[in-house]
Amino acid sequence: MIDFELSEEQQMIRDSVGAFAREEIRPAARPADESGAIPGALVAKAWQFGFVSGAIPEKFGGGGDARSAVTGAIAAEELGFGDLSIAIHVLAPRLFAYPIAEMGTDDQRARYLKRFSGADFAAATAAVMEPRFDFDLSALQVSATRDGGGFVLNGAKCYVPLAAESDSMLVYGATDAGRGLAGVDGFIVARGAAGVTISEREKNMGLKALATYELTLKDCRVGADARVGGEKGIDFSRLMSQSRVALSAMGVGVMNAAFEYARDYAKERKAFGVPIATKQAIAFMLADMAIEIDAARLLVWEAAFRLDQGGDGLKESYLAKNYVAQSALKVTDNAVQVLGGHGYIREHPVEMWLRNARGFSAIDGIATV
Amino acid sequence: MIDFELEPQILNRLKMYHAVSEHMMRPISRECDEHEHQKPTQFYESMWSASAAADVQVGDDRSKRTQASEASTPRRANLLTVLSTEELCWGDAGLYLSTPNAGLGGAAVMAAGTPEQKARFLKRFREGKPKWGAMAITEPGFGSDSSAVATTATRDGDHWVLNGTKIFCTAGEMAAEKSEGFVVVWATVDKSAGRAGIKPFVVEHNTPGMTVTRVENKLGIRASDTAAIVLDNCRIPLDHLLGSAEVRKEGGFKDVMATFDATRPIVAAMAIGVGRAALDFVRDFLKQQNVAVRYGISPRRLTALERDFMEMEVQLQAARLLTWRAAWMLDSGKRNSLEASMAKAKAGLAVTLITQKAVELLGPLGYSRKILLEKWMRDAKINDIFEGTQQINMIIVARRILNYSSKELN
Repeated sequence: MIDFELSEEQQMIRDSVGAFAREEIRPAARPADESGAIPGALVAKAWQFGFVSGAIPEKFGGGGDARSAVTGAIAAEELGFGDLSIAIHVLAPRLFAYPIAEMGTDDQRARYLKRFSGADFAAATAAVMEPRFDFDLSALQVSATRDGGGFVLNGAKCYVPLAAESDSMLVYGATDAGRGLAGVDGFIVARGAAGVTISEREKNMGLKALATYELTLKDCRVGADARVGGEKGIDFSRLMSQSRVALSAMGVGVMNAAFEYARDYAKERKAFGVPIATKQAIAFMLADMAIEIDAARLLVWEAAFRLDQGGDGLKESYLAKNYVAQSALKVTDNAVQVLGGHGYIREHPVEMWLRNARGFSAIDGIATV
Repeated sequence: MIDFELEPQILNRLKMYHAVSEHMMRPISRECDEHEHQKPTQFYESMWSASAAADVQVGDDRSKRTQASEASTPRRANLLTVLSTEELCWGDAGLYLSTPNAGLGGAAVMAAGTPEQKARFLKRFREGKPKWGAMAITEPGFGSDSSAVATTATRDGDHWVLNGTKIFCTAGEMAAEKSEGFVVVWATVDKSAGRAGIKPFVVEHNTPGMTVTRVENKLGIRASDTAAIVLDNCRIPLDHLLGSAEVRKEGGFKDVMATFDATRPIVAAMAIGVGRAALDFVRDFLKQQNVAVRYGISPRRLTALERDFMEMEVQLQAARLLTWRAAWMLDSGKRNSLEASMAKAKAGLAVTLITQKAVELLGPLGYSRKILLEKWMRDAKINDIFEGTQQINMIIVARRILNYSSKELN
């Protein structure tokens, strides 16, 4: 039955994460973008929300909350409203924990999930993307070849968040290159494993506060027990749909931040004696932004809903993410335009949001709900 | 709790509407488009008796919807209306608009009439021969600015005397002259009072002094008549004024605006129905040609055609979700002026572009009148114009998000 009302719990999550984003993440965003470093205290505070441990089953030390993509999208949007780099950073351990929690063997869950129930941020991550222009989740070039009881990983990865500080990561590679998404497996790779080289930190147009790395895998050997889910493997398609929902939701948050800022500016800033917001040229841009934000959010919620219903949500999440990649760019660009010359100056945050928004066409698989 | 699932009984009902679209509308779609002013009387009869039999108004269900949204009844009425509207406009938007029912005239009676007036004026739609209700607001001198009504209503003893010219009146010919219907005419009882003086009057079919002076030739929705109506000393009984004659600051004109909160999502749904028709056609066509649309692959590997198709698909879905939300809000008793305008602005533009793209994608075949794509492109455009142009709806959205009055942002 069609319903657009958040549950009380979701409302609460939106309010509390939203307040945290507004009051604590937002003021830290610009300094973090300039310095490339996110304050540890802020990450620690975010950790208290239980973004990672909440949905881990109780018997593995987590909060045992039911995991919901819709609820996850609501929280991710708020974090994205605060700052995209910080949002991806604080959620990064999920990239390792959630696939194991949902699809790992009992042994893997017992072994790897407890580390996320401690008081301190436990860095962990996943290596999904690959450094080529037509990088395609359904045609990964990192290969995982069976070798005796285990696997040998070869190839290159990029945009691996927090790779240098993570104890463990998941590396995705094709065990069966002909089978597209179904031929992909995830492997648990420990820090310092032989054959893994982590490059210098990447330098990107935006997401400057987020530490991401390239990774080279050269005959990296892992045991059979490193394969997530053991012989039955993983549902990579579902993992990527969950990721697209998370990133799209963050995109909606970025759009909303840019919209609010431009709206408030337009009501203050005067030209020819009146606030520029009273001019249709500006007012229509703002109206268009507001419509795009609501449309994008509904598309994201629908994709999340399909996942929560047990569907694969592939088409919905893919279309939602591509929609967000386009509309986030348009909305943040409009925000810069509304501020005119001031929008181009780094004193205002809109140029940062424009740089971050462009990232959605490049990134995939680096966050999850 | 957020939910995007339609329950089985609604889906079943939509199947019924789909059958109407497929078997009663599509077969005569082209013919009605090519012969603009010819009336598909058999279609009218079938729709009239079908709606009587099913006790659901097939077609423009606005009067029923307004009735249902009055608290006591289930909270799904508006959502059901947008869903059924999409389904029927998938069939044919022009025929949908020409379906005999109380239409916008009925919506006005429901919004502004007394209980006695509702019973008296709407009874006819449940009995006898096919009838139409219509609403006349627009005049040659104004379109979007509904407050500029120049048609006058002057009291003369036991009658109101109406004088003025109305244009762009949907189903006006059917309501005024070709059935035992009525036209709700908006006229001012006191020009100096501005908006507050504008009142709705029910003018019965064939009332002396009311003449249909022309029926427009249009780009699309040709199965639906769009009439110009002249009121020349047209005398109607006093109790044909809907609601109160008293000129107050609030009221009167507010009713016109209130009906838009309900009708804009319906027009958005009309657009979506036409857009879906085009999208479904292109999807089937690509399938026949063995052209795959590959969801999930790198956007850099998509063909231009795949990209276009996906863009059409996601734009349509975005418009649909905005429309559902606007209708759901009305069902939930929430104020939805902002969301109704968002849905209307988005759907009107999105479907205009979707249908234009559909014609483009099929090249010489798409441009041909042998298939319906080009017709849908022409039909779609009206949804970007009537019930508030895209630009008027953008202004409404802008005012709401900026918290500006119409004086501050115009």
